[in-house]
Amino acid sequence: MYEIVWEPIIWIISFVIITITVYIIRAIGRVDYRGGEEEKPFLSGMEAPKEKMHISASNVYWGFIDALKGYYNSMKKIHSGVINDYVSWFMLITAIIFISLFLYGVIK
Amino acid sequence: MIYNIPFLTVVALIAIGMYAVVFRRNLMKIAIGITIIESGVNLFLITLGYREGGIAPIFTNLPPDITPADIPEKMVMPVPQALTLTSIVIGVAVLALILAFIIKIYKEYGTLDAKEVRRLRE
Amino acid sequence: MNWLITHSPALLILLPLLSAFLMPLIDKISKKARNFFAVIIFIIVEILVIILALDILKNGMHVYAIGERNPLQTIPTQAVVPIRIVLQIDAMGIFMGIISATVCLSACIYSLAYIEEGRGKGKFYTLLLLILVGMLGMEFTGDIFNLFVFYEILSIASAALIVYSRKGEASEGAFKFLVISSISALFILFSVALFYGEYDLLNIAYLAKNIKYTHIDKIALALLVSAFAMKCGSVPMHFWCPDAYSVAPSSITATLVAGSQASLYALFRVCFTLYGLKLDSQLIGGILIIFGLLSMFVGVTMAIPQKDIKRLMAYHAISQTGYMLLGVGAGFYLLGKPEFEIYGIKAMEGGIFHIINHAMYKGLLFLTAGAIFYRLKTRNLNEMGGLAHTMKYTSVFFIIGALAIAGIPPFNGFASKLIIYESVYKISPILSIIAMLVSILTLASFVKVFYSAFMGPKIHDVREVPKSMLIGMGVLTFVIIFFGLFPQYIVNNLVNPAVMALAKQAGYLSAIGG
Repeated sequence: MYEIVWEPIIWIISFVIITITVYIIRAIGRVDYRGGEEEKPFLSGMEAPKEKMHISASNVYWGFIDALKGYYNSMKKIHSGVINDYVSWFMLITAIIFISLFLYGVIK
Repeated sequence: MIYNIPFLTVVALIAIGMYAVVFRRNLMKIAIGITIIESGVNLFLITLGYREGGIAPIFTNLPPDITPADIPEKMVMPVPQALTLTSIVIGVAVLALILAFIIKIYKEYGTLDAKEVRRLRE
Repeated sequence: MNWLITHSPALLILLPLLSAFLMPLIDKISKKARNFFAVIIFIIVEILVIILALDILKNGMHVYAIGERNPLQTIPTQAVVPIRIVLQIDAMGIFMGIISATVCLSACIYSLAYIEEGRGKGKFYTLLLLILVGMLGMEFTGDIFNLFVFYEILSIASAALIVYSRKGEASEGAFKFLVISSISALFILFSVALFYGEYDLLNIAYLAKNIKYTHIDKIALALLVSAFAMKCGSVPMHFWCPDAYSVAPSSITATLVAGSQASLYALFRVCFTLYGLKLDSQLIGGILIIFGLLSMFVGVTMAIPQKDIKRLMAYHAISQTGYMLLGVGAGFYLLGKPEFEIYGIKAMEGGIFHIINHAMYKGLLFLTAGAIFYRLKTRNLNEMGGLAHTMKYTSVFFIIGALAIAGIPPFNGFASKLIIYESVYKISPILSIIAMLVSILTLASFVKVFYSAFMGPKIHDVREVPKSMLIGMGVLTFVIIFFGLFPQYIVNNLVNPAVMALAKQAGYLSAIGG
């Protein structure tokens, strides 16, 4: 019998070990460090205002979407939002399944 | 040939309904298209239940020349009719709900053109 | 107790149906009485489902002939075929029933606080109960026409609830949902008519015994497969899915997911039980696998650029449905071959286990989206930010849900995805590579949501959501962690009987009339 076993216990043990390691590394850092100039966010040399510090959702993965522009443009064309298109896709798929069932029967 | 006419009507009704749903942009006409498809399917069910020279399955109302031995051949099974009634009732509910949605859409968007009723997309 | 177990199939459909129409009357008495009544009914249904499930897992399939004096006698005396409506519940049906009842119960409890008063909340519970009737009916029925009836009940009640908020685009989403699901329902009715015209039968088990796979049966098969695949949201027939999911109230979105899983069940039932080995299982299995791959990939890539949080999650629902179609489709692809016993069953176990996991974590994610909407009154991700400063518990629940859907151990999504990866690898390594890639993209898009909604400086001055909503989310979180830590227990006791019930067609057929 083909068995797939997933042992959560091993994963938990490794999780605990990693946590302890991280804690040890953190503990050997400097205690007196309180932050300074280099931690502040800047925008064109000026200190950024608080509301601009947050990158909004549209800008996350901008590069990913820009790189796949061709794919996303064709996808946008398909997702037109017109109900007629939705129904015609449905009919099209039904027809494809139907034809493939017949053709498969003929070939076999 | 004469027995095929109902089936041809079924095909024609379903094709007209499909045409309306796929190519007509007016939401009202889409609703009409769905109703026409439904009439086609209902007609198909009713046609399947037809039996030549059959009698209604009511034992208290049998014609006098029928003997109990004839009953299995002569009497019509009422299942397709029951199915059709159920499907008509469901169809009325669906149609009412679709029309209510169309009224809401018209109030909100000011149009019934399917090409403009697409604020939800992508 | 014996009486209860015998009659529970009928009670499970009758009780929510009658109380749905009782609800407007009780609403007239007082709001408290109505809330109490609704919760009590959902709890009773849940308990009945669990009692029935325990009995089915112990003693095997249940049949129930409606209208017969002895409900276990499915074929009346002097008849040769079952002419009554028969409910037939095997391990797979009750497995789906548990999911439906649980999701509806949690949606009901969450709605107590989430849905505001004074806009016909009594009717809200009426429709929620009707959704439950539709789902349970689809899962329990042994009669193909009844499948159509319950499918329509589910569609109509869901459409009415999608438009519950009555503003903005809600009517548009509901209109699209209803148009496309009523057309698919007509497809199902047409194929029922084809079956009746050919075999004079409506009972699934008897149809499966007599089916010959003629050209008419091929037409019926194509109509049924595409209708149910459309309703479970597989690409490229998924377009209604994000539209409807994003405008519905959050608690309803969770039940809509469960409803589309009910039609996934119907799809599997048609393939495995109604046609079984008589059809070209490689072709239909291949079609299901293609549907699965397309759903997984297109769903997740379309989720990444979304700005609406619920639309994003709706695309993920499509993507996760792809895993179920892939797992079970792989099983169906191998049906009847010697490999089926080796890893086909494992693939199906992964797919079926993923259904329950998906219901749990997707429910949790939609509930957290609802919690954000409850406080901010917006679904737009661009307007969110810094919520973790104040909504601490919600953000923890969100992280857990996001890690579970991305398949990160030790949460439940990993447990089922691992089974799918390893078993479909044997068919073709490309399948499991795509599945893993989709998991990575899933994680990426949830990192985006987490970053833009919960991280960053404190922009909004909001408080944590009410306790009842936190409790609803907490229960689901507990289930997710439990399923993740003890997957073997769930797989052996709940999933494996369900898979066996699907795979062994003969068991289903012999239950009626020997």
